Amino acid sequence: MKSEFFRGAKANVPVAASAMAYGSVFGVLASQKGLTWLDLMFMNSTVFAGAAQFVMVDMWSEHLPVIAMALATFVINLRYLLIGASLESLFTGKSFLHKACMMHLVADENWAVTMREKRYGRATSWFLFGGGVFLYLSWSFGSVAGLLGGGSISDPQKYALDFAFPAVFTALAVGLWRGKSDILPWLVSGGLAMLSYHYLPGKWYIVIGGLGGAIVAMLKTSDEDSAEKEATHVAQH
Amino acid sequence: MLPSIDSQVLVAVGLAALATYSLRFGGLLLAARFPKTGRFRQGMDALPGALLFSLVIPGLVSEGGWGILAGGLTALVVWRTRNTFLAMLAGMLVIFLSRN
Repeated sequence: MKSEFFRGAKANVPVAASAMAYGSVFGVLASQKGLTWLDLMFMNSTVFAGAAQFVMVDMWSEHLPVIAMALATFVINLRYLLIGASLESLFTGKSFLHKACMMHLVADENWAVTMREKRYGRATSWFLFGGGVFLYLSWSFGSVAGLLGGGSISDPQKYALDFAFPAVFTALAVGLWRGKSDILPWLVSGGLAMLSYHYLPGKWYIVIGGLGGAIVAMLKTSDEDSAEKEATHVAQH
Repeated sequence: MLPSIDSQVLVAVGLAALATYSLRFGGLLLAARFPKTGRFRQGMDALPGALLFSLVIPGLVSEGGWGILAGGLTALVVWRTRNTFLAMLAGMLVIFLSRN
């Protein structure tokens, strides 16, 4: 349990580094909107979802649009319904309380790292949680530093810091590639994601692309045994 | 010294947190009722990769040709070295060079 926790934390070092860099940008924006470090930490600790927090800070004003903020957060975070569902097999046999506690600190980053680990058959719920805690500390440290430093990194785009996220998620996606059977589902999800990205607001593109890819995989005739392929894939690593 | 949290901040952030947690935990609880075999399972197994891929693609494409090049290099580096951090830096380096 303890070793799994630390193994998870360690595996999240690359994503936590980019979360810290991105967090500092977020902190700068928050300072411009007049948030205190306590407001920021309250948000980090309870919401803990980068993209939604950016939008919330963007909507921040003298009189907070409470309902609009909650709705925007809900829509942006709809993908967590799918992310949560995909973690089900990690929690088989665990108590309700264990599930309830571990699920709070699930973000895109530690979820992606855990899913990759799961491909090698080594993921556990403590691995996921260790990554979540480490990510939470890094994101919080970066954002509070950005808030208090008020723009110490004056031009993050110049240093390609905004590209840290696409880059790290690309690397993690490679780890989830299961072979030829993924070609069609991934093409469909990429195409749908691009369409939704252009025509729909927020993060709908993740939900629509992900669901579309999964549905294509569902409709495909499975003449080959997927469990057998899974076994050969694991054996390759 | 300690700043206090405004009550409207408590409500706004609290509601947003509730919405987010319900989705996270709700997804997990919902999945317990899903069929464990057959086509549905086949789709659920493909979901993580499809989800992550759709998260990545618009970010790369919106960066233009350089973004696709950076994504390709990132994928190549992680495929050859299994080092996520190195792969991330390689991708960022391409974008850094393209902007400076």
